[in-house]
Amino acid sequence: MMTTALPRVQPPQAPPARPDPAVEAAGRIDVAGLNFYYGQRRVLEQISVHIRPNEVTALIGPSGCGKSTFLRTLNRMNDIVPGARVEGSVTIDGQDIYASAVDVVDLRRRVGMVFQRSNPFPKSIFDNVAYGLRINRLTKSREDLGGRVESSLKSAALWDEVKDRLHTSAMSLSGGQQQRLCIARALAVEPEILLMDEPASALDPIATQRIEELIYQLKSRYTIVIVTHNMQQAARVSDVTAFFWLGKLIECDRTDKIFTAPSEKLTEDYVTGRFG
Amino acid sequence: MSSSEQRVRHFQDELEQLKGRLLEMGGLAEEAVRLAVKGLVDRDRDLIARVLSGDGPLNALHIEVDNRCFTLLALYQPMAVDLRAIVAAVKINTDLERVGDLAINIAEAAQRYVSHAPVKKLIDIPRMASIAQRMLRDALDAFVRRDTELAQHVLNEDDALDALKTQIFRELLTYMLQDPATIEPALDLILVSRHLERIGDHATNVAEDVIFMVLAKDVRHHAAEGS
Repeated sequence: MMTTALPRVQPPQAPPARPDPAVEAAGRIDVAGLNFYYGQRRVLEQISVHIRPNEVTALIGPSGCGKSTFLRTLNRMNDIVPGARVEGSVTIDGQDIYASAVDVVDLRRRVGMVFQRSNPFPKSIFDNVAYGLRINRLTKSREDLGGRVESSLKSAALWDEVKDRLHTSAMSLSGGQQQRLCIARALAVEPEILLMDEPASALDPIATQRIEELIYQLKSRYTIVIVTHNMQQAARVSDVTAFFWLGKLIECDRTDKIFTAPSEKLTEDYVTGRFG
Repeated sequence: MSSSEQRVRHFQDELEQLKGRLLEMGGLAEEAVRLAVKGLVDRDRDLIARVLSGDGPLNALHIEVDNRCFTLLALYQPMAVDLRAIVAAVKINTDLERVGDLAINIAEAAQRYVSHAPVKKLIDIPRMASIAQRMLRDALDAFVRRDTELAQHVLNEDDALDALKTQIFRELLTYMLQDPATIEPALDLILVSRHLERIGDHATNVAEDVIFMVLAKDVRHHAAEGS
C-alpha cells in the first residue's frame, strides 16, 4: 500500500549511513501506509517509517496523537481492542506481522513490551522472569532456567540488587526495581525488539536515570522503540525521534536534528513547548 | 493558561530581556567606537580618556548576559529555535564585548597618535568607522527582528571595510617612505584601521549567528557552499 501527501520520513535519509541492518541484524521494522481505526475513527493516518536495529527510536507528541497506538501496532497489542482495524503493512525483518499465518503469541515473544506502570505478577522475583520461559517451554532444564533468569536480571541491571532474595515477592521491590524486573521479564524470552511505553514516567529521577542507562546498554542487542512524554528523555536516550501529531507522523529524523533544527514548523512548535 | 503556556511565556519574557541587554551592549560598544574615532580625528584628549575609562558598564553587561544565558539553559532546557537563540546570544555577547575592547585599543592608539604631529587629514578612517558602526547596528537589528536579509547585507558589507583597510595601509606606506618621522604615528593609524576591520568581523559574526538562529543554517567559513 502506498502513502500519499504526508510529511513522512524519507527512509534512506533519516539515520546516518550504516551497513544495511536488514542484512546485519534482526529486528528491523518497516511500516508502510499504516492506517489504524477504532471503529469509524481513524487514529493513525498513512504512517510510513523504517525502524532500524540497534538504535533507539523515540516517539513523541501530545497526548492523543497516536504514538502509543502506533507502538501497539508493532506487536499487535491492539488486536484485543474491539472494533480495531488496521490497513497498510508492518513487517519485521521482511515478514508481514498482520499476515493470517502469524502466531501472535510468538510475535509478542519476539517483540517484547514494557508498560508505563510496572506490572509484575504477584509472584516471586524468580517466577516473574521465568514465567515467559516456562509457558513458551523455552528452557531445557532447571539449570538452564536458572541461568536464563540470572542473565535476564543481569541484562536489566537488577541482578546485584535481588540475587539474594530471588524467591521473595516481586511486590516488595521499589517502583524502579519493579520496572527493571518487567524489563528482565521481557528480555528473558529473547525478543529482537523491545517496545517501551513511557517506561520511566512513574519513576523518580534516580530510577529514571537507571532505566535510561539500561536502554543505552540494551540498544546494542535490540531494536528499541520508546514512547515518552519527556522530551529531555527522548533527547538523551534516542538515536532517532519521530514526532506524531493528530495521528500523523509529521517528522522522523536524527534526534539531534529534531531537537536543534527540526525541518517542520509543527515539530519546532512542539519541542519548544508552544503547544501540547 | 496551561502550565506549558506559562512556561513558554516566561521563557519568551526572559528572552526579550536578554535581547534588550544585548541591544544595550551593542549601543554602548558602538558609541565607544564612535567616540574613540572622534577623539582621534578631533585630537580630543578628554574624549579619548573618557573612552579609556568607560568600559565598565559594557563589561558588567557581558557578565550579566552570560549569567542570564546560563540560567535560561539550566532552567528551561530550550530546544530548537529557542536553543539556537540562546546559543546565538552567548556568541553575540562575546563579540560585543570584543568590540568594546577594540574601541579601547583604538583609544589607546589615538592617545599615542595625538602626541605626534598629524600625518595627514583623516578621511578613510572615519569612513571605515561609520561602515563598521553601521554593520554592528544592522547586525543587532537583524538579531532583534530575526531579519536574515539584513544579516546577509551585513555579510556583504565586510568587503568594503577590508578594501578600505588595504587602501589606508598603502597610502600610509607612502608617507612612511617619504618621512621616517611619520612611521610611529602612521603605524598607529594602521593599527586603528586594523581594529575597525576587526569590528566589522565581529559584526559579521553576529550576522552569521542571526542566520543560524533563524534558519538553522551555518554560513560560517562558507559552510553553506560545502553542504
